[in-house]
Amino acid sequence: MTHNPTFLIRGARPLGGDPADILIRDGRVAAVGAPAAGDPAAEVVEAHGLIALPGLVDLHTHLREPGREDAETVASGARAAAMGGYTAVHAMANTDPVADTAGVVEQVWRLGRDAGHCDVQPVGAVTQNLDGAHLAELGAMADSIARVRVFSDDGMCVSDALLMRRALEYVKAFDGVVAQHAQEPRLTEGAQMNEGVVSDRLGLAGWPAVAEEAIIARDCLLAEHVGSRLHICHVSTKGSVQILRWAKSRGCDVTAEVTPHHLLLTDDLAESYDPIYKVNPPLRTAEDVAALREALADGTIDCVATDHAPHPIEAKETEWSNAAMGMIGLETALSVVQHTMVDTGLLDWAGVAERMSATPARIGRLSGHGRPLEVGEPANVTLYDAAATREIDPAAMASKSGNSPYRGTTLPGRVVATFLRGTPTVLDGKIQ
Amino acid sequence: MRHLLSAGDLSRDEATLVLDTARELAQVSSRSVKKLPTLRGRTVVNLFYEDSTRTRISFEAAAKRMSADVINFSAKGSSVSKGESLKDTALTLQAMGADGVVIRHSASGAARRLAGWVDGAVLNAGDGTHEHPTQALLDAYTMRERMGRLEGLRVAIVGDIRHSRVARSNVLLLHTLGAEVTLVAPPTLLPVSVGTWPCAVSYDLDEVLPKSDVVMMLRVQAERMRAAFFPTAREYSRRYGLDRDRFARLHDDAIVMHPGPMIRGMEISAEVADSPRSTITEQVANGVSVRMAVLYLLLGGSESAIGNGN
Amino acid sequence: MHARKHAEGGSTSSTAAGPPSRADLGDARAVLEGPEINRALTRIAHEVLERTKGATDITLLGIPTRGVPLARRLAGRITQVEGRAIPWGSLDITMYRDDLRLAPARALGRTEIPAEGVDGRVVVLVDDVLFSGRSVRAALDALNDIGRPRAVQLATLVDRGHRQLPIRADYVGKNLPTSVRETVTVLVEELDGRDAVLLGPARPRAGRAGSAEEEES
Repeated sequence: MTHNPTFLIRGARPLGGDPADILIRDGRVAAVGAPAAGDPAAEVVEAHGLIALPGLVDLHTHLREPGREDAETVASGARAAAMGGYTAVHAMANTDPVADTAGVVEQVWRLGRDAGHCDVQPVGAVTQNLDGAHLAELGAMADSIARVRVFSDDGMCVSDALLMRRALEYVKAFDGVVAQHAQEPRLTEGAQMNEGVVSDRLGLAGWPAVAEEAIIARDCLLAEHVGSRLHICHVSTKGSVQILRWAKSRGCDVTAEVTPHHLLLTDDLAESYDPIYKVNPPLRTAEDVAALREALADGTIDCVATDHAPHPIEAKETEWSNAAMGMIGLETALSVVQHTMVDTGLLDWAGVAERMSATPARIGRLSGHGRPLEVGEPANVTLYDAAATREIDPAAMASKSGNSPYRGTTLPGRVVATFLRGTPTVLDGKIQ
Repeated sequence: MRHLLSAGDLSRDEATLVLDTARELAQVSSRSVKKLPTLRGRTVVNLFYEDSTRTRISFEAAAKRMSADVINFSAKGSSVSKGESLKDTALTLQAMGADGVVIRHSASGAARRLAGWVDGAVLNAGDGTHEHPTQALLDAYTMRERMGRLEGLRVAIVGDIRHSRVARSNVLLLHTLGAEVTLVAPPTLLPVSVGTWPCAVSYDLDEVLPKSDVVMMLRVQAERMRAAFFPTAREYSRRYGLDRDRFARLHDDAIVMHPGPMIRGMEISAEVADSPRSTITEQVANGVSVRMAVLYLLLGGSESAIGNGN
Repeated sequence: MHARKHAEGGSTSSTAAGPPSRADLGDARAVLEGPEINRALTRIAHEVLERTKGATDITLLGIPTRGVPLARRLAGRITQVEGRAIPWGSLDITMYRDDLRLAPARALGRTEIPAEGVDGRVVVLVDDVLFSGRSVRAALDALNDIGRPRAVQLATLVDRGHRQLPIRADYVGKNLPTSVRETVTVLVEELDGRDAVLLGPARPRAGRAGSAEEEES
């Protein structure tokens, strides 16, 4: 990676506002404002017309290492993140072995640091080996050099109410948060897709909305009762939105994320039986999509998280019911958010920065990320060309896996450059 | 090449063409030479991932009566049981030059997936809990032969609708052909969105029987009971089984159908199954004629006369 | 029923089992009208009686579509003369055609074999037009799968020549010299509302692959 301590970003529009020059020196923002003479030693990055955002932060990324390095590695996932405009990602715990000890989270943390393209913040498992029955050593993970603050059994739901209560209480000691994958397991045995008109027609076992909503309602009440922070992963239904709105109105300290794909795609895509559209939670209906967009706009849902879930080709080129769940998303997230939220007038770019950088950083307690583009702040900056369009070609992506549901479609926008603490990880749309 | 993946692939004209063709072809089965040269030189592969001797034999007989070369490829004892993927099997069939592939698979949508990987015509012979279009065609054929018409015919389909590919295909096809379908089952065995299907729904078999021209009983597997879809076989049988007393409530011309294999004493009593108004063995014979018709219309000409164009 | 048009094979207009459309006959001229067709059929009926010595064991099988009403009429005429019923039926040849794969899969015509069957009988195949002989070849194959007649004879309303197989008719209503590319169309009262044999102009394109029969329906 080339390293130049001084950059002058010329003519970019911070948060979509008036053009300004941004001077980056020694890893920090040295100046922001009207075109200035700048530093003659600085490398100039022409950014006229580009939008400058604080480096994006993902609360929900599957990097697959250790265990499934054929699908993704920390290094390849970090490159994909940088290409998507991210400067920090939270690596989910459902690896093999599971990130349920200080040893594993420190391994992932080191792999991320070595990769360098993006800060990789490990998420710790709530229960040992995701068994849903025995608490993992949450304190040890919090105290490790990985400084874990987000704990999740993602992929599995912490369905035992008492265990969930204990986890919520326990992590208060180190300002942690439990990120719940809300899926009542008995209601979703063998589930393949959203339960409704399409699943009934296709003869695929249904994943009913109530299986998500019932857990969210329970956990909000639990969190309120014990006075803990709670985060809800990948909210996917209109009912969940209504419950979150109600819980927040009661003062429950709950935050929630939505994935880009749940803001755009609907369950009728399963008509093709192409498991590229198979994901957990499943794609829902157009009514749910509309409710999720509205909730992200009004703050009921706090942030966007990718749930980037790489899988090798053979896991998807198969019968629907045998296929793996999940889709990659790091390199398309900002485009999908632009398409669904900005181009529709629901959010401005300041709102995007809030929901894709500041808020996820705050939830994850990442002090060096999600900061405003102001003098003295860490120079985590994403330059984005919102006027561009691109045809999505997974083969050209940095991720090791190609399971993008947008293959062959055209999406708006393109990440032109990403700076991580003043160092370009992406420049001219190319990984550095 | 077109495929037959869903009963919904057939327009009313196409479905009628299949039934009319089957009627002509039925004569072949009563001749001394039970063979037509029509598909000579064509290769039909029976790709069966599920044990279904009845359906496989029916397709095999149909293809052989049309003079096609038939290759039976069953999952057991083959490369499939050694972990070969459906896609790799598809590429093998492709290399063998299969003109038609008849697939039975436990996964819903497997036929649709296969159609994306081979050039030949794909015939869905039952995919998971999705569809079984040739079963619906032979059922419609049997009804038309017995009752003389389909338009306005009142058909009750009784049993495990939720998990039934036969029910799905029959609802679509019978609706296309103008029959009036009523699904009868305990609410647990109906899909949640059944209200959007082109049919009526009832939980009360006794109320539906006197108003039915055809009663189709579906098999109810014991594993459904273990998954709490209903409490006991006895209770199911009392509420939804077709026994002699219920049979008596049917009007005199009504017929009883069952796609098989049936569980006597569960959804149907032995005396009803063996009644002259039961069409169960006819359905088997009609299956061959209908499958001959489908094979001919898909594979016989320069292009298919029926089916899904994707 | 499906009446499918197809461009291949240089056939007249249609291939379906149901009464196909014979509307686009604007340029065709009638070479035989109703009364002549009646006389031709009556003559054939007498010839059949003569050749088969009283037609004691004959069965008439019309080749769909227009051979069938012709067979029925022939049976009626023989019955009038002899005062007893002559078995007649229809024999569909679709599944035996040698040009099946040159056109989309088509609907089948009816096959109805009289109760007497065909074993040991003299079967007279009845078709409207004899052209390449391929339809008759298919009919012979179809008949062979049904039984073993003592003899098979062929009656046709029109013989237009241009045989591609060693086949000839035993009874001919009218020999009609044509060029290969002209079209011959038979209309029958039962299906078309009138009896006529029409000769159409040469086709602009020689679409014949040497396999398709002129009168195939």
